Order: sequence, then structure tokens, then C-alpha cells
Amino acid sequence: MERSESRFATKLIHFGREIDETTGASSVPIFQASTFHHFDLDEPPVHDYSRSGNPTREALETYIALLEGGARGFAFASGMAAISTAFLLLSAGDHVIVTEDVYGGTYRLLTTVLNRLQIESTFVDMTDFDRVQAALKPNTKAVFMETPSNPTLKITDIGRVAAWAKEHDLLTMLDNTFMTPYRQRPIELGVDLVVHSATKFLGGHSDVLAGLIVTKDESLGRRVKQLQNGLGAVLSAQESWLLIRGMKTLGVRMEASERGAAMLAEWLKAHPGIERVYYPGLADHPGRDIQAKQSSGFGAVVSFDVGSGERARRLLGRVKLPLVAVSLGAVESILSYPAMMSHAAMPREVRHARGITDGLVRYSVGLEDPDDLIRDLAQALDGD
Amino acid sequence: MQIESRLAQIGSREDPVTGAVSYPIYQATAFRHPRLGQSTGFDYSRTKSPTRAVLEAAAADLESGDAGFACSSGMAALTTIFALFSHGDHLIVSLDLYGGTYRLLEQVLSRYGISASYVDTNDLDGLESHCTDRTKAVLIETPTNPLMMVTDLEKVSAWAKRRRLLTIVDNTLLTPFLQRPLELGADIVIHSATKYLGGHNDVLAGLIVTKGEELSRKIGVLHNSLGAVLGPQDSWLLMRGMKTLALRMERHEANAQRIAEWLYEHPAVEDVYYPGLPHHPGYEIQKRQSSGNTGIFSFRMKDARTVEPILRHLKLISFAESLGGVESLLTYPAVQTHADIPEEIRRKVGVDDRLLRFSVGIEHVDDLIADLGGAIAAALQEIGEG
Repeated sequence: MERSESRFATKLIHFGREIDETTGASSVPIFQASTFHHFDLDEPPVHDYSRSGNPTREALETYIALLEGGARGFAFASGMAAISTAFLLLSAGDHVIVTEDVYGGTYRLLTTVLNRLQIESTFVDMTDFDRVQAALKPNTKAVFMETPSNPTLKITDIGRVAAWAKEHDLLTMLDNTFMTPYRQRPIELGVDLVVHSATKFLGGHSDVLAGLIVTKDESLGRRVKQLQNGLGAVLSAQESWLLIRGMKTLGVRMEASERGAAMLAEWLKAHPGIERVYYPGLADHPGRDIQAKQSSGFGAVVSFDVGSGERARRLLGRVKLPLVAVSLGAVESILSYPAMMSHAAMPREVRHARGITDGLVRYSVGLEDPDDLIRDLAQALDGD
Repeated sequence: MQIESRLAQIGSREDPVTGAVSYPIYQATAFRHPRLGQSTGFDYSRTKSPTRAVLEAAAADLESGDAGFACSSGMAALTTIFALFSHGDHLIVSLDLYGGTYRLLEQVLSRYGISASYVDTNDLDGLESHCTDRTKAVLIETPTNPLMMVTDLEKVSAWAKRRRLLTIVDNTLLTPFLQRPLELGADIVIHSATKYLGGHNDVLAGLIVTKGEELSRKIGVLHNSLGAVLGPQDSWLLMRGMKTLALRMERHEANAQRIAEWLYEHPAVEDVYYPGLPHHPGYEIQKRQSSGNTGIFSFRMKDARTVEPILRHLKLISFAESLGGVESLLTYPAVQTHADIPEEIRRKVGVDDRLLRFSVGIEHVDDLIADLGGAIAAALQEIGEG
């Protein structure tokens, strides 16, 4: 069922756990407890140990499951902790097909840790469906998508890949960090498991490190639950509460940031000093139609190529408003240099083959006035 | 400087800007780069966070290690260490170990071709006979949980070194205040810091401390790659707890010793497992390698029917999982902490339906004895033995 925007906006505020049943408090209490008293040996409490279940974390987990339209939600210490846990659904000998320009940390996990556990991966440009199909092997067990991809914002046709994967009994996983459930709900498009670096748009304030998983159904949810408890990479009560607090404003933040991103992308497109602009909302972006079909927006991240590493360095040195930092998806704009930051873990030749050139910068548009951001970029670029 | 002083002063000189004696909570994920290619030393909180870094340095110092790593739980610390190993590797593990560790080995790592043998780590012949070309490490809990078996760390670390194995020691029950395995030859120490280090049953956390540059670098990469890191609020709470570790451990130990002695004489109790009792097989080793005893012990009732009413009649002592907090907790290992270990193995190590584990808190010892004594008396009456 297609949900209208207004109904989603209401869910962001009224998610079922927003009022504490005991006291009526207007915000979920922070249960800073590791263990829980058993009043009766034969009737154990709902929560017995916070790694296995904590009431504050559970409120968050219920919240994200509702927003993504899934059966179960799970919160982790970081996005990578969520991704590590998700990949450990696979076993030695299994093969997974992964979006080519996947986040550098996911790439590192697959190529330096999971490979030693004999989980095999093939990185594929998923904008080309033929290549996805060609990557199928007898031991393929899963597909891991990231769309839009990071940082070149390539768009994968989620429904098409998910339907194909289902035909081949593959588990489909999707990193929905860039769009958030406000703009894109992969489970409604046939995906089995959604992961988030909730550090980004969901938290939205550059203050919480967190990861989330949502599963489409209960049975997959039970398997993730076992791993979450067994591996122990859980999110704490304090951070769970902060994340819930951030998520309440997800809708208004996404709308404002997206408006700014669209203006910035158009302006950059017209700027003579820019070689290339990557933004799915631009008319000439190859994935625009698919994005418009599967998402209700184009996101708040714009990548662009200033032509050389030298020019990128000058730009980063001259901008005054955005933070020059890693990460993205916050109230404050953040300008990153993937080659030396988020994708530093990727070998140079692999990086270049994926379009992550030395001149590429990634602009995560925050809540500042877009005109100020553009003026700032203009002065930084005009110095050249 | 003595460990009591180092504990009390954790983080007290670390904030150069304001001089705050309690280190600030840096609730930030990203850090501004002064210029491209320049860093303040902090880029992204998963990789390194200021509050967590102060905790990690303190942990390394207290355990006499080279580097510390704070994780989101004790199990996350263990998972991070296990990621050192690859398909085909084999581990030797303490026979009587925490249920969560057993579950991780048997339900997760086994799927990646990493196998484990469960061995009495005090038996060098047993260790030798399980050691193969593929064996990469020995993981020791000492004392074990819940039966308090003690392993001679110096002896086993020396053996492991000869066989080129990593020695990993879970130091949760004793903490660096009472035992420092790295000084006895171990390579890695892990903690469920949820227990004595945090000490208040309020923080879920794990710590890793490593010895040696290469090993520290490897664990650092895994800590960042797997991402099971501890948040700044919890890092701060854990340091706050650690400042009173020495005082708490002294009281935990004194209370536990007194109650263990009392229970040992109690007619309804079959046995008490506490390395502080002279009849305990690990008494001498424990005395030599540690400066004291932990605050938990286990005891076996003579009659299994007393267990349920004892738990029901307790008024002061909580019936809950976990251990190492200021509050006293009584746990029933067979149904709580060790439910995931198959009954056959549980019985072999002695975790049966008559065994109770007591994490003795820092309440007044007379109140604890009165509460437990009253509950045992009421239980005996109920089953018609009183």
C-alpha cells in the first residue's frame, strides 16, 4: 500500500512508543540499566539483560520497523556494526553480489574480514542489469544494494533486482542511508532487509553513531535477533534515545536539505569550473527516471568533480560554511573528499575505476539557507 | 603510581581547554578537518572518539597493555577479537565458560570454519593433546563463571608462547585491580565492563587491551571495520564507575569471603565454589597470581526443590542476570546465563539445577546473610525439611 507523505509525517511523531505508559512522560525514558529483576522465576521479565533487549532501544527498533514498513527493527552501535551483523547471515562458501561503488567501509569489511571467513563477493555496476545477472554463481546467496550509491549517486532499479533475486532464492539487502524511509522504502519494493547508518539523516545532528536493520518478515527477523544478541554490537540506551529524538524531525529536515541540494546541483551544473555534477534530480542524470519511480525525492547529497586533486584541495581550503569532514546527513552541511576520507580504504585503481576521481568532492547539504551555501561555494570556486 | 591512584584520576588531566576534572562527553560523530589532509587526530567517531579514547588509554594503562579498545558490549569485544581468525583456524577454550561465548563459537564462528575445543585450561597435557597445526589461540576465563575454576596464567601463557598461540584472557571477574594477565604473559585481555569495571548495573560495555604493536594495530583495524564501538555517554559512565573500582572490589571481596564461609557451614548447602576458601582447588594459584578474590561465587544446594522458594523469598537480593554491580544479585545459571550450553556439557562442568551464583554487592554483609539465611529457612520449611 502506497502511503501518502502526510501519513508518514504523522508516523514520525506518533510511532506507538512516544508516550511512557507508566508516567505518561512525553518522551521514552532512558533505561540506563544493564540487567532486570525477575519478580518470579517462572515468569521472566520481558527484558532480562540489555544486550538481549532494552526498553529504550526497543522503542527505537519498533519505530524504524514501522517507518520502513518491515516486521522487525534492530539497533546497532554503528552503521558498520549493522552491516557486519547483516553479512554474518551468510556462511562460509556463500557468494554475494554487491553494488560496485559501495561505501568504503563495506568494501573493507568484505575484502579484508569476510573474505577470510570465505564469504565471496563480486562488485557490480548495478545500473546495468545484465551485469547483475552475469554475476550470478551457483553459490550466490545474496545481493547487497546501495542506491543511490556513495559518492557517485548511481541508481539501481530496486524492484527489478529484487524480483530477479527472488527468482533465484537470493536474500536481498539494501543500504537505505542516503534516502531514509521518508523518501524510499525498499521493503515495499521487494527487498528483504534494509540497513542504515543512522548516524546520517536519521539521527541528523552529527551527534549519534548508530546503525539499524529492518527485516521484511518475522523469520528473517528472528535470525537477525540471534546475531544481534550473539555478536553484541548493540546500541546503548542513551544513543537510542538521542536517535529517536533526531528521527522525529526527519521529514522536515529531509525536505529542507533536499530543496537546498536541488538548488546547489542546478547552480553547479551551470558553473564553468565544474566538470561534472552527480545528482539524481538533474534532468540528465541517467538514473533520474528510476529514482523518480522508486523514491519520493532525490536526496540531499550532491557530488561534483572539480577536475583535479589540486582544485579540490583549494576548494576545501576556501569554503567557510560547510564542515570539511567525513560523514553526511546532518543539520550542518558537510563537504567531504572521498579519495582521502570515506573511500580511503579502497585502492587507488579500484577507486578510479568507480569514478571516485581525485577531483571528486561530496557535498551533504544541511539546513542552512541554500543561497548562503551557493554564495560560499561561489567565492571558494572563484578564487581559482 | 599505585593502581588506586590511577583509578581515581582517570581522565582528570585530559581536558586542556577548561581543566574539567571529569572528562567531557563528546557527543559528536564527525570532526572538522583544519585543512585537507590535516586532522585533529579525530575524523569519525567510529574510528576514534575523544571520550572513548580517554577510557581506552586508561584501560591500557590499568592492564599494563599497549592499546585499549572499547566496545558496545562484552560480547562485541569478543566478536572483534575472534575476527582475527580465519576459515580453518582452531581455538582452545576454557571448559567452563560463559554461555554467550559458547553460543558465539558454536552458532556463528562454526559457520565460518572456525572450530573450538573445550578443555580444562589448567591441564597442560590436555591442552597439548588438543593443539593442532591449525590452533591459533587459547581463550581462558579465570576464575571461570560460574564454577570458579582457576587457571595458572603464567604456566599456560608460557606453554602458548612455545606453541606460538595467542593467549586471550577474560579478566571480567577480577579486574586489573586484582589480576593483570598481560603481566603474566597473556597477549590480549578482554572484559565485560558491564560487570565490576562499570560496577553499577547501568552500562553495557566491553573492553579489549592488547600487548604489542602489531597485535594492537590489527585489533584497531577490526574495531573500526566491524564498528561495534562504545558510545561517548557510556564511555563516560564507565570511567565514572572505574574511579571507585578499588573501594568497591575491596568491599565485594570482604562480603563474598564472609558469606562464602557462612554458606560453607550451612547444613542445607552441599558445597561452595570460591577460590578464597582454603579447600578450593585453585586457592594456592589464585593467591599467587592475583592480589585478591572476586565478589562472586557459586554454591550448590543439597536439594533442588529449595531453589525456587529461595529465589521467591529473597527480599534484598535481586534475582537477575549479570554480576559485578553494587547491588547483590542471585542467578540461576542453568536457566539464565548458561541456558544455551547443552545439558550434557553443563552437567560435565557442574552447572546443574542445584547450583546458584551469588554476585555479592556492597550492602552490609549482615543484611545479606539475614536475607539469604531467611530465604533458605523459608524454603526448607516449604519443602517440609525445615
